Amino acid sequence: MNKILKGRVHKYDRDNIDTDVIIPGPYLKIHDHKELAKHAMEGIDPKFPEKVSQGDFLVTGANFGCGSSREHAPIALSQTGIKAILAPSFARIFYRNAVDGGYLLPIEVDEATFKKVSDGDELEIDLAHNAITNLTRNERYAMKPFPELVARIVEAGGLMNFKPVS
Amino acid sequence: MTITEKILARSSGKERLSPGDVIFSKVDRVMMHDVSGPGVIKVFSEWEKKGVKIDRIWDPDRVWVTEDHFVPAADRVSAENVIALSNFTKKFGIKKHFKYGLGQYGICHTLSHEEAMVLPGEVYVGGDSHTNTTGAMGAFAAGLGHTDIAYVLMNGQIWFKVPETMMFRIEGNMPDYLMAKDIILQIIGDIGTDGANYRTMQFAGDVVKRLTVEERLTLTNMTTEAGAKNGIIEPDETTYAYLRERTDAPYTPAHGDSDAEYSEVFTYEIEKIEPTVAKPFSPGNITVARELQGTELDKAYIGSCTGAKLEDLREAAKVLKGKHVKIRTEVLPAAQSIYMKALKEGLINIFVEAGAVVGPPTCGACCGAHMGVLGKGEVCVSTTNRNFPGRMGHVESQTYLASPMVVAASAITGKITDPRDVTN
Repeated sequence: MNKILKGRVHKYDRDNIDTDVIIPGPYLKIHDHKELAKHAMEGIDPKFPEKVSQGDFLVTGANFGCGSSREHAPIALSQTGIKAILAPSFARIFYRNAVDGGYLLPIEVDEATFKKVSDGDELEIDLAHNAITNLTRNERYAMKPFPELVARIVEAGGLMNFKPVS
Repeated sequence: MTITEKILARSSGKERLSPGDVIFSKVDRVMMHDVSGPGVIKVFSEWEKKGVKIDRIWDPDRVWVTEDHFVPAADRVSAENVIALSNFTKKFGIKKHFKYGLGQYGICHTLSHEEAMVLPGEVYVGGDSHTNTTGAMGAFAAGLGHTDIAYVLMNGQIWFKVPETMMFRIEGNMPDYLMAKDIILQIIGDIGTDGANYRTMQFAGDVVKRLTVEERLTLTNMTTEAGAKNGIIEPDETTYAYLRERTDAPYTPAHGDSDAEYSEVFTYEIEKIEPTVAKPFSPGNITVARELQGTELDKAYIGSCTGAKLEDLREAAKVLKGKHVKIRTEVLPAAQSIYMKALKEGLINIFVEAGAVVGPPTCGACCGAHMGVLGKGEVCVSTTNRNFPGRMGHVESQTYLASPMVVAASAITGKITDPRDVTN
């Protein structure tokens, strides 16, 4: 895992963006990751996949990814190029799918940070120091550090590279 | 410790556990279906591409598989997913594979109790968010994604952060126009769709004690809609009697201590709850049915793990008996065994005579996948659990969530209707 991430922000100022919006039910039969990417965020912004470049960030309101356990959601987003999602909070299954599958990073930021970041801003995220720099606005924010086990799974690139520990 | 902490302490080999502890827990039962299963298969094949040979899984007897989301096969892709699932269960010797059109089959969360696939005190994970449902049997039941399920299939263990427990006590005498669905919608409305994020929702009190197992399952089913890690109800004689009719397998129930600590305790007086409806586009967007009186509908849907158990069908049939539906009405029992019992009790006759369509068990329309999706602008009242934009079809369709009684009453009038307002 690269310790410094750099990319552009795609901001959706909405709480409770659910998995039916991120990847609607009819696509659940699809397991081709590239195909899923074409429908990422279809319920909120059908043009989303075209807008994203490799390494970009998604910034959203609280409880992102609520709803279903479909792993299609983090897969579709990561396949569009999204490397991290910044939100005040995440739904639990989305969070662990993102981490355990090694697809992208769910990064918790406080409400104030969420408000300061705008669509199109360039961010640099320093994972080693839990620091976010807004290059467009020349501001610095804190990110909530990953819990210890989550950090180790992130480091390993996903749960499949990780042995159970007691 | 709470019942959830007790179960997780036992499964992780610890004397004591506290909320916030991160553990690797042994798993007793694991489930995957025709959406999460193909995801698991893909994880396995990618693993094999890296040179890891997988010729066996941890314990095929603890794994069970259902075909429920895209059956009857919605199209070729869905058909091929089911074929892949069959090849997988055959290859790894998984015997409990409930196949569409071959005896007992149905929605995974319904089979879990109908077939006693999960027992009190067990740790159960499933590749579906509504796995929480089965916590009503006194088990720790949580939904996971397919990578986590693949991990469990290989290792028999998975990590959890021990959740805090929110306790909901429901007291009083349940009126005959209310169902568990009204209670859980009221609770989600109160705490919000992230009100229980990462936490346990436990239910107790006089009303819960007297609820049947099927009604209890409606409470735990929708804990997912409040973001909960699991929903749980302490097992009691009602639970044990239900299980005695279905299995003679041994189990060791767990119970919370009398000094267990709850992060919050909520007390509801049932008499203050009214038939409740969640408006589009959130299960937390609630109001009472009578507030919505007159809301025109295109469809009434009685189906899913939430709202098509035997008792759901019985209550809907009571309302529909001798009446005629005014809008498109679909009834899909949640499992073949429930279909059969409904047939024997004469419920299916009531639905068909009322003008409704009765279909095979499937998740299809609930998740907007197939078997009766909503068109642009259509409005549906449904016994299911979610009403996000596009959940049951077109992104501009609308779904109102309600109890089977409210849905049946609304089917008769074509508008959202409180069951008390349908005269016999």
